Amino acid sequence: MQFMLLFSRQGKLRLQKWYVPLSDKEKKKITRELVQTVLARKPKMCSFLEWRDLKIVYKRYASLYFCCAIEDQDNELITLEIIHRYVELLDKYFGSVCELDIIFNFEKAYFILDEFLLGGEVQETSKKNVLKAIEQADLLQEKTEYHSKSFIGFKKAY
Amino acid sequence: MVAPSLKLQDLIEEIRGAKTQAQEREVIQKECAHIRASFRDGDPVHRHRQLAKLLYVHMLGYPAHFGQMECLKLIASSRFTDKRVGYLGAMLLLDERHDAHLLITNSIKNDLSQGIQPVQGLALCTLSTMGSAEMCRDLAPEVEKLLLQPSPYVRKKAILTAVHMIRKVPELSSVFLPPCVHLLHERHHGILLGTITLITELCERSPAALRHFRKVVPQLVQILRTLVTTGYSTEHSISGVSDPFLQVQILHLLRILGRNHEESSETMNDLLAQVATNTDTSRNAGNAVLFETVLTIMDIHSAAGLRVLAVNILGRFLLNSDRNIRYVALTSLLRLVQSDHSAVQRHRPTVVDCLQETDASLSRRALELSLALVNSSNVRAMMQELQAFLESCPPDLRADCASGILLAAERFAPTKRWHIDTILHVLTTAGAHVRDDAVANLTQLIGGAQELHAYSVHRLYNALAEDISQQPLVQVAAWCIGEYGDLLLEGNCEEIEPLQVDEEEVLALLEKVLQSHMSLPATRGYALTALMKLSTRLQGDNNRIRQVVSIYRSCLDVELQQRAVEYDTLFRKYDHMRAAILEKMPLVERDGPQADEEAKQSKEAAQLSEAAPAPTEPQASQLLDLLDLLDGASGDAQHLPPLDPSPGVALVYLLDLPCAPPPPAPIPDLKVFEREGVQLNLSFIRPPENPALLLITITATNSSEGDVTNFICQAAVPKSLQLQLQAPSGNTVPAQGGLPITQLFRILNPNKAPLRLKLRLTYNHFHQSVQEIFEVNNLPVESWQ
Repeated sequence: MQFMLLFSRQGKLRLQKWYVPLSDKEKKKITRELVQTVLARKPKMCSFLEWRDLKIVYKRYASLYFCCAIEDQDNELITLEIIHRYVELLDKYFGSVCELDIIFNFEKAYFILDEFLLGGEVQETSKKNVLKAIEQADLLQEKTEYHSKSFIGFKKAY
Repeated sequence: MVAPSLKLQDLIEEIRGAKTQAQEREVIQKECAHIRASFRDGDPVHRHRQLAKLLYVHMLGYPAHFGQMECLKLIASSRFTDKRVGYLGAMLLLDERHDAHLLITNSIKNDLSQGIQPVQGLALCTLSTMGSAEMCRDLAPEVEKLLLQPSPYVRKKAILTAVHMIRKVPELSSVFLPPCVHLLHERHHGILLGTITLITELCERSPAALRHFRKVVPQLVQILRTLVTTGYSTEHSISGVSDPFLQVQILHLLRILGRNHEESSETMNDLLAQVATNTDTSRNAGNAVLFETVLTIMDIHSAAGLRVLAVNILGRFLLNSDRNIRYVALTSLLRLVQSDHSAVQRHRPTVVDCLQETDASLSRRALELSLALVNSSNVRAMMQELQAFLESCPPDLRADCASGILLAAERFAPTKRWHIDTILHVLTTAGAHVRDDAVANLTQLIGGAQELHAYSVHRLYNALAEDISQQPLVQVAAWCIGEYGDLLLEGNCEEIEPLQVDEEEVLALLEKVLQSHMSLPATRGYALTALMKLSTRLQGDNNRIRQVVSIYRSCLDVELQQRAVEYDTLFRKYDHMRAAILEKMPLVERDGPQADEEAKQSKEAAQLSEAAPAPTEPQASQLLDLLDLLDGASGDAQHLPPLDPSPGVALVYLLDLPCAPPPPAPIPDLKVFEREGVQLNLSFIRPPENPALLLITITATNSSEGDVTNFICQAAVPKSLQLQLQAPSGNTVPAQGGLPITQLFRILNPNKAPLRLKLRLTYNHFHQSVQEIFEVNNLPVESWQ
């Protein structure tokens, strides 16, 4: 996979994961064009389109478009499964995920993606394992924050 | 103490609350100022929160470069929270174009070697997302070590990081190749998946690696077989299909290993058949695996039966209600239609049904595939479907559909009439979308189908009368009416209803085309020339035509003006030449645009040609006599092959040396006449590049004591052949072996009809005028077969 973009029906970007090195300007240009192209698609059209020299696989879940760019030799149908798996992970984590969850907790969305895909390839095919890894990281984060908070508290008391 | 800054969530809310773009910008600029100040102050406690806010703002499209150094600081911190946000920031804000990115190499190295597992995970993730070539070289040893770590969590990430490293620095393949075989023995799906991805990457980059890994084919087959047969594990399955991600990856690798390698292909044949038949196809996951299987089967050396099975799977996909599946089926069948044509043909009806798809990308593929499936046995049925499609298809597909139909018609037309009908239909339905050479092709086609001239001109006239806007159609129709206007007015054509057209109507129609603002300059040129030609074809007087021509002498379009002036001059000063110049075009040989060009230049050539002697009436009538004598070969006077070489052909002769000796002929010469020392020989040449053409050179020699003078030779051939005579080299053969007279005859025999030749000689010899008429016997069969 070369990149994955999440955007709303108004074209607002909610997540961008780039697996190829491109300048900020290029990324912006690609994002703008691709968002336009996908939003112009009618509901009855298929999920695949050819864009520049890439294959684009996209699927809409509620108000969010999930859009992946894959290479010529990649399997479009399994990419649909990748997108679906990611949505399922988000759903399990947030509990009936909606766009607002992804807006207000965008770092979490990235962390979850990074436990599922690495360098553009699938790293873990067990939903359970991905969610467990996130859980553990969240726990670790809480512990360290807890420590620092208590430290400040201690200082104040002094 | 810094004023308490907004929490991330609060900032997001505030931004979303902004009613206008300007308001949003204001909020963000204010907050960024705070963030900048905070960074300057170096507050370590809230740094991660500030960066998170910055990352949000960055996603909205605002600049965030001043956060790059903060990422470095956060990554270097010992707090997990800091590292988490810091690495995320690095992935979003730093890339290999920024020199700063190298500064995180050290932190990554530390985290990889000493960090706890989650930290190692963060480092590996970042490295595989934005690691530059230099970073990869530096950190390869660390990653290599992690491949051997016991924890699958870290190992699987290390393996995929290795994939990224090889992509950036191919030489690192030597580092990461050795562990692969061992890793294949792992049970953990994540590790297996990563390993297979790594092996795939290695094999794609190096033929040596490819050879090396062929030995694991049996093992891969075993892994896949186990996956497929032993009952599924809920953890890894989707809709009853065991770990489709892993299956697809294995199948992909098998494809690469089995390509062009008999032995490997054989090893996987059974397994592929098993997967192809047993995979549950009710949901997308199963179809994804099936699709990958089909791709693999078609790419390796599989048994014929297996290939047919694969094509049939694709055929079933075409009937699936899910249009994504139909899409991949059409794309794949398109790739296979050349190599496995008969297998794909079996699904032709389904493919044709797909023309009705509402999604343009599907109907486009269906069109391409349908065109590729046309052959001589299904051409009529297919053309009907495609023409129906042409009438209703979306505009952006029209051009491709039109040119596809025309191409297929050219290759597979069962009859000329069908071909003309098809082209006509395309021109009337999608005239604006046809390629430029369609006009030339059609005129050539019609010109060559003599028996269809009447039919063509009638149909074209009707089409033109209905609609003069489709330029290619108008051009062809104008040309045809010009050429065959006389047939149009005769009115009787068996194949369509008799039409009563009178001269005035025809002229009016052409004038309408000339005057219409819809007509392109080229079209008007055609119309003007057609009008001019009709001046010799029609019975009535030419005043109307002369008027029109005269008007256009002052036309603003230079091309049209030039034509009009030339035609007008033709009327005024060269009226005696008008008939010859405007007579029907000769049969154009279909060897491409060159012949076409020559035919079209007949008008100009008339002025250039010097080899053409002036047409003389007496000779023509005498030739008629000759023809009468040839049994059943009474030529139609109007269609007499002209004695004089047609001006267009003369142009060719001028370019060749007229007296150049013909190349050595394998066909034996023939002596056809001998009288008192005067002999006539025929020699034959069949040029290999044009099988319908026969060149005969007659040579008249004189071994007698007296000169032969005023020597004229005339010839006649059966109606189905065409004869053209070049001017003789002279009319005198001096006595006693003086310089012979030679003359070249060109005979066109496209139907390979038996050649018959009658000659008439007249000359003076020994103060007597001699006339001999005879049919040539013993013509060699090679001259016409």
